[in-house]
Amino acid sequence: MKILNNEINILKEAGNNRMAAIGGAIVIMLTLIAILASLLSPHDPFEQKLENRLLNPCFEYPFGTDDLGRCIFSRLIFGTRYSLAIGVTVVGITALVGTSLGIVSGYSRGIIDEIIMRIVDIVLAFPGIILALVIAGILGPSFLNVVIALSLTHWPAYTRLVRGLTLTLREMDFIEGAKALRASNIYIMRRHILPNCINPIIVLATLDIAHAIIFATALSFLGLGIQPPTPEWGSMLKAGIPYFRISPHLTFFPGTAIMVTVLAFNFLGDGLRDMIDPKINENILVSE
Amino acid sequence: MTLLSIKNLKKYYFCGLFNKKEIRAVDGVDLEIKSGRTLGLVGNSGCGKTTVAKIILRLIEPTDGRIIFKEKDITKLRGRELKNLGQEMQIIFQNPETSLNPRMKIYDAILEPLRIHKLCSTDKEYEKILKLIEIVNLNQELLFRYPHELSGGQLQRVVIARILSLNPKFIVADEVTSMLDPLVQAQILNLMKDLQEKLGISYLFISHDMDVVEWMSDEIAVMDEGKIVDWK
Repeated sequence: MKILNNEINILKEAGNNRMAAIGGAIVIMLTLIAILASLLSPHDPFEQKLENRLLNPCFEYPFGTDDLGRCIFSRLIFGTRYSLAIGVTVVGITALVGTSLGIVSGYSRGIIDEIIMRIVDIVLAFPGIILALVIAGILGPSFLNVVIALSLTHWPAYTRLVRGLTLTLREMDFIEGAKALRASNIYIMRRHILPNCINPIIVLATLDIAHAIIFATALSFLGLGIQPPTPEWGSMLKAGIPYFRISPHLTFFPGTAIMVTVLAFNFLGDGLRDMIDPKINENILVSE
Repeated sequence: MTLLSIKNLKKYYFCGLFNKKEIRAVDGVDLEIKSGRTLGLVGNSGCGKTTVAKIILRLIEPTDGRIIFKEKDITKLRGRELKNLGQEMQIIFQNPETSLNPRMKIYDAILEPLRIHKLCSTDKEYEKILKLIEIVNLNQELLFRYPHELSGGQLQRVVIARILSLNPKFIVADEVTSMLDPLVQAQILNLMKDLQEKLGISYLFISHDMDVVEWMSDEIAVMDEGKIVDWK
């Protein structure tokens, strides 16, 4: 609860930052869309009406129809679920794993730190998208495998961030004090180090959601992610490519959806960072 | 009666290429602290005062030497026994603003030692904390604030209160007053003296301010470059 209070203050501050506010509003809207998808969509996203194929946007089909006569608007609405689910799941897993490893690494130093950081170096040595492509290619295309591929490539960012913060924190008097109280190492990491790392982690996680969504749609676009007929934005984009000249709305709307979502998370993350970053150090000392 | 004595304490750091360079942070220090008395330790910055203090508290492993507390060698203490030692000896740091976790409310900070050592049941916590803040003369309103909302003097009182909850016999005071203004300094020092009279606590009082040390201490040791060079 203590930590939550601080985050509420930050969210209040976020209201003052216009970009962050716009980003936040879009994110909330997207979340609602994902939850209420079945209520909001005018058509069944899987229903094919071949007589209506490749219709331009009209009153009945606000964003037109695709090559199999499915309503693009409805498919986009359902696609929100997949994108957000992937973003949130991947970031949830990577933040948890990456943060834990970072705290252990920075706190214990020595050989454990050395091993963890060398693994981080190995993962970072490959460009993220290529590593994700390889993993997704080996595992085969499915929702779970996309999450695995992205999680395996995204955790080092948290480990490095948190390790750095832990290295500065562990030298501070209140950690020495806790050691003099003979608190266990696990207690110190959990109660003293973690709460002081949480703000930068939240910023990174917000930006990372955008990154994970882009990666996921890229994998689907390349055929290694979520497969048709699932209404996922990346695979919709791919399905629209052959009709780009006659019916550009097949690619325009999924592309816009991806762009808006990613920008919203980026705005929100940047806004949060502006509020926290310039005083990261004071933030450790003076949490407000 | 001797409460704590250290014998021939050494701490060498090795650095440089192939660890060839040897830095003697503490080089053969002997000290003796009597029950209920204060030993002042003075010296320039970087002379190894704080290192001695941290070795005594077993926060740093000494290269050589022995620490005897209550007629027991604690140099190699481990596990359960080391944890219990935490109830008997404690440290107060120089900078009160970094001595408390900024994300922990004062209430939790004061109770933390009791929770770690499981010395107080949850329903008696409030009673206990009221007693503690009365001893250090701290306003009850401050309990539910965060450390950055308090002044340096108040924070140092909080630090003392949380340590007192364990009833320690021996406290290391590492430059406790150097970050405080003179008026608050006097208050904190008076508080420490009062506690000594009431509870029979022994202090190792580290400082570079000669006046303060002379006022606080029964005996004074002067350190320079890792050695005790003078006694007063």
